[in-house]
Amino acid sequence: MELSMSANEDLAKERARCDFNVSEITNILDGGIERTKQRKKIESIALSNGKCRDVTPEETLGPKERYENAIRKSCLYTKIVKDQVLTLTGLEVLGSNSSVLRRTADAFFKDISPFLLHLGMFVPTIMGQGTPEQQSYWLPRALDFQIIGTYAQTELGHGTFIRGLETTATYDPDTEEFVIHNPRLTSYKWWAGGLGKTSNYCIVVAQLYTQGKCYGIHPFIVQIRDEDTHVPLPGVRVGEIGPRMGFNTADNGFLGFDHYRIPRNHMLMKNSQVLKDGTYVKVASHSKLTYGTMVFVRVMLVNEVAFNLAKAATIAVRYSAVRRQSEKISGEPEPQILDYVTQQHKLFVCIATAHALQLSSNWLWKTFSAVLADMRGGNTENLPELHALSSCLKALSTSDSAALIEQCRLACGGHGYMLSSNLPLLYSFVTATRTYEGDYTVLLLQTARFLIKAWEQAESGKPVTPTVSYMEEAVVGNKYKWNGSAEGIIKAAYYVAAGKISSSVASIRKRMKNGKAFEDAWELTGVQLVAAAETHCRAVICDVYRKETVRLTANSSPNVKTVMDQLNMLYLSHWALERTGDLLRYTSTTEDDIISCQQRYEELLAAIRPNAVGLVDAFDFPDEILQSTLGAYDGRVYERLMEEALKSPLNAEPVNRSFHQYLKPLMQGKL
Amino acid sequence: MNVNKDLQNERNKCSFNVRELTEFIDGGKNRTLERKHIEKLILAQKDELFGGTPEDYLSHKEKYERAIQTNVIILKIVQDFMRDANGGDLTNYRDVLTTLLNFVVSREGTPFALHFMMFLPVFLSQADEEQQMEWLPRAWNCNIIGSYAQTELGHGTFIRGLETTATYDAATKEFVLHSPTVTSYKWWPGALGHTANYCVVVAQLHTKGQCHGIHSFIVQVRDEETHMPLAGIRVGEIGAKMGLNMINNGFIGFNHVRIPRRHLLMKHAQVLEDGTYVKSRNSKLNYGAMVFVRVVIVFDSVNYLSKAVTIATRFAAVRRQSQLKANEPECQIIDFLTQQHKLFIGIATCHALKMTATKLWDTFNEVQQQLRGGNLERLPELHALACCLKAVSTADTAALAEGGRRACGGHGYMRSSGLPQTCAVLDAACTFEGDNTVLLLQTARFLVKVWRGLDTLKLTPTVAYLRTTLTEGFNDKWDNTVEGIIKGFQTVSMRKISECVSCMAKRMMSGMSQEEAWNMTSVQLVAAAESHCRVIIISYFHEEFVKVSSSFSPALRRVMKLLVELYTLYWALDKLQDLLKYTSISKTDTEQLQERYEDTLNALRPDAVGLVDAFDIMDEILQSTLGAYDGRVYERLMEEALKSPLNAEPVNRSFHQYLKPLMQGKL
Repeated sequence: MELSMSANEDLAKERARCDFNVSEITNILDGGIERTKQRKKIESIALSNGKCRDVTPEETLGPKERYENAIRKSCLYTKIVKDQVLTLTGLEVLGSNSSVLRRTADAFFKDISPFLLHLGMFVPTIMGQGTPEQQSYWLPRALDFQIIGTYAQTELGHGTFIRGLETTATYDPDTEEFVIHNPRLTSYKWWAGGLGKTSNYCIVVAQLYTQGKCYGIHPFIVQIRDEDTHVPLPGVRVGEIGPRMGFNTADNGFLGFDHYRIPRNHMLMKNSQVLKDGTYVKVASHSKLTYGTMVFVRVMLVNEVAFNLAKAATIAVRYSAVRRQSEKISGEPEPQILDYVTQQHKLFVCIATAHALQLSSNWLWKTFSAVLADMRGGNTENLPELHALSSCLKALSTSDSAALIEQCRLACGGHGYMLSSNLPLLYSFVTATRTYEGDYTVLLLQTARFLIKAWEQAESGKPVTPTVSYMEEAVVGNKYKWNGSAEGIIKAAYYVAAGKISSSVASIRKRMKNGKAFEDAWELTGVQLVAAAETHCRAVICDVYRKETVRLTANSSPNVKTVMDQLNMLYLSHWALERTGDLLRYTSTTEDDIISCQQRYEELLAAIRPNAVGLVDAFDFPDEILQSTLGAYDGRVYERLMEEALKSPLNAEPVNRSFHQYLKPLMQGKL
Repeated sequence: MNVNKDLQNERNKCSFNVRELTEFIDGGKNRTLERKHIEKLILAQKDELFGGTPEDYLSHKEKYERAIQTNVIILKIVQDFMRDANGGDLTNYRDVLTTLLNFVVSREGTPFALHFMMFLPVFLSQADEEQQMEWLPRAWNCNIIGSYAQTELGHGTFIRGLETTATYDAATKEFVLHSPTVTSYKWWPGALGHTANYCVVVAQLHTKGQCHGIHSFIVQVRDEETHMPLAGIRVGEIGAKMGLNMINNGFIGFNHVRIPRRHLLMKHAQVLEDGTYVKSRNSKLNYGAMVFVRVVIVFDSVNYLSKAVTIATRFAAVRRQSQLKANEPECQIIDFLTQQHKLFIGIATCHALKMTATKLWDTFNEVQQQLRGGNLERLPELHALACCLKAVSTADTAALAEGGRRACGGHGYMRSSGLPQTCAVLDAACTFEGDNTVLLLQTARFLVKVWRGLDTLKLTPTVAYLRTTLTEGFNDKWDNTVEGIIKGFQTVSMRKISECVSCMAKRMMSGMSQEEAWNMTSVQLVAAAESHCRVIIISYFHEEFVKVSSSFSPALRRVMKLLVELYTLYWALDKLQDLLKYTSISKTDTEQLQERYEDTLNALRPDAVGLVDAFDIMDEILQSTLGAYDGRVYERLMEEALKSPLNAEPVNRSFHQYLKPLMQGKL
């Protein structure tokens, strides 16, 4: 069997017929040409030495060997970052720019690095919740990787409802120490990435007790392993939690304390303090300020899922250009599957969504930065709105991305089921983000709470904040008349959101009128409330995506403008068609409007078709980051599948020993 | 047994007799007894089957070895049992198969599945009598282990495009099998990697210089004694997958491999000694095996979904989180309506799909009689039905199991929950044995044909509604009952098919070729086929319930009726946009539907645990830390974690090799 080394011809043809300048869109997505240049420089430093490659496919190893391999590569990558990348960019790359480092890290880990939470949660929490003295003590050591930390909040028995956490930190003024304790099994910390075997420090969230009173949950920095021997310290029980659907190299861990003592100043004291004598002092309006870190983490998450969705779209679109199947017209050669409208329907919305989420995440970050500046001036008024927005945006983007990545996987047929395609791992990674950092349903219910409040304000004629200003118009009760323009679709989406919120309010009121308590009425209306919050968020994404597209392509070449506009329209019509029931119910859209929208949608698919490969090329993933037999730039799909298969340890010998032990006795009736 | 208190409370308040429902699900009291007997035999070998390091901690290669070890034991138990029970009679093949599938103890599948699911059935349907006599006894006794190789690296659903060739050489009376390109390598067949020594290979038959399309050949792959691959054959496994890592999927390529003439399966077509090709009587007869396999897939999907909902429902009864009211203790998450919304539809779906598939199966058996008599009238209909039923059931079960997994929050992400593996099996079913989109388009092709011939054709039962919905006044007045909703769905389906047909006509009028118009309309065609399938599932579920419920006790009848209601309401609300677009449903009607749906969830709430208990999946088969009967969720999670080889030592060696040098700046 000779495996050809030459690039796939169909893919080359696709690239030849692409009618826009690919790098222009790359620059838009990166946030400017300078950003693109820097990203490429970082990628070339990290990838050129070949240290990211594996000889044996990681997925054929046992979990222990996979972990060991991940540690090896984490250390190599960290060293490259420390020695070469930071000198280029300065420490700034670790902050809001860290997505470039995250992106590049994917060349080293098919799954995930055990160091993820060190920069992802440990360092940001110290920055966000430590006093200046605490920051100057801990941050240099952490940023230099002299210590490796993680963040432990979730417990075996308690997740999203953080008030229910059971771990306690009780202040002892005699020794000026906190005593950390886990009273029972359900209080064990569970899930923290890098906790099992890797980290020697950990931020632990616990119920603070002092002077006989509980003050709710607070973060503490806790040393869990000896810096020299790495052995867990006495009173600490730590280990890894076992295999998961994904994240299998992140050594997610459990952690329990048996009356374990830490110094008083290991409590992170920016927002509240415990004085030497045990007096509790609240420094800032605590509940609102912790929103800050949460919003930051969620913006990062949206960015990350957009990036992973872009990978899946790249893989599936390139594969669809290479794969040929069936006959569209009898007697003709098998067509590229990308020519099927059903396939375009599955894939192009993925490209559009990757753009929509990337741009929304950038926009949210900008808005958030502005609010942060306000907050320094003491103005926290916009925080609840931003928090509600980040909640639903996180929920929707993780859920959409997971569903669409799965759609990409299914669109690749059986080959998408191969781990070497990388689609299953992308899915298992992204589907986890749907649950962690706030579960989908819970977050949408939080947003719903904000929306209901806003609706009541609008009803009573009080002013509402910008993202819900549409309510002021909708509360009047007029039905919006459909027009097929982008602005029309967005407006209709807002009207649908308003309609659903209003129905939920009516439902709650009806139930209360029938004698139910508010909480019960709220609970019974839960399904509708989730749907209302989803619709609200969808309208905001449509709106932001539209405005940002127009803004960012203002100076683009005509063809880039056209294709970006087509993608945006595709996204808008896609969601209009997904929600025709809502449109029929809450606006005065007619059946004919829907038919013409459907037709427009199908035309957009056809218009985007010739540029599809160009559009995914514009995401500009090096093969090392994409890690996919189906999605590599050269399109050597079948050759790569076979090359990877031949690396399986099972294929190293023609007959496995189990034949002699079991199979042969079975077949010969001698078992 | 020390059972979690919350779970015990749930069981105490269950309103119906769980055993009664179990027996109904099993298909009768005797069946339940039979199953329990096999379970006892399996438990007698508990240590060999379930001892040692949990499979999730093994490497890819070790997983394969474990799969062979455990599944050989299971196979032997079931084989012995069946031999004792019915003397090795093949008449009840479906029972043998479902029994085997029910007792897969490795969570990532078994390398023997294909032997029973494809290798044997293909022989039954495509080999002539003499060939059956020669091969079947050996295959049935597992003296040989087979696989079925159709899909190629470059070719899947479109089987006419397969590249493997079988060229007849009249001089030696042999076929020469050959794989001309890398894309022609067979890729995917289960057990083919290192397990099977025989394989049915589908190849393009060439004789006397002419190609006669694809045919099936029986090919020996490995030496029966040494298991070494035979000369000219390149065989191996295809590497790690998202799930099903224990079924040993393989690739195979042939370099001018010669096999005897009689290794062509000759029931439907023959090549005579001189190379003359004799055509089959009816090519449609091949549909038979496909319908069979697709029905089996539906049963198997239901099997896995019932595991997933059992796990998720029990966990939801044990898990407590958040407060419904301030100052009350945290409540069981199963009390949240949003949680009930995610889980109860899964329970109802198990019953709906199982009853539908059973009915399709029975109809198919009846039709087989007609087929032997030469009457092929209903074959296209049943084939179209099997296509969309396979597509819709695998898509629904995969989505609902995944929903169940997510409903368990982070813990559902643990492999020790069993949910990720269960979802991965169901996911695979969406693309294998005919990709779901392609299957729905096949059904659509049938529907379009029926629609176009509506005035002249004699309508077969499953599409008869297309004409009745057209009668005047059929759907003038919306009616919120189950029957009314079914009528609504019939109207939706009819309208969608009709719209597709006129849309294609319009496109062809404006100059598109028929093929192009079909492709441009295919998104709508897929949706139309799905609607048709929903009509069938909901109405079968309803009709079958009415038929069997007279034998139920009143308590069981009540709860099953609620499930039928729930299922119907769920889909009505899910497809509300279709109903709004195509029927006379009003806004008030939809609000009532929503309210009734919410009330039904509430009514089912106290029986939820009883309903999943009735699936009666023993802990050893369920293999879940979250779903075990006793509800010791947190204890089991920790127990499983402690079995991790990484936890066997406090410090992993990578610390000394890499971490410490890094932290001390000495790397």
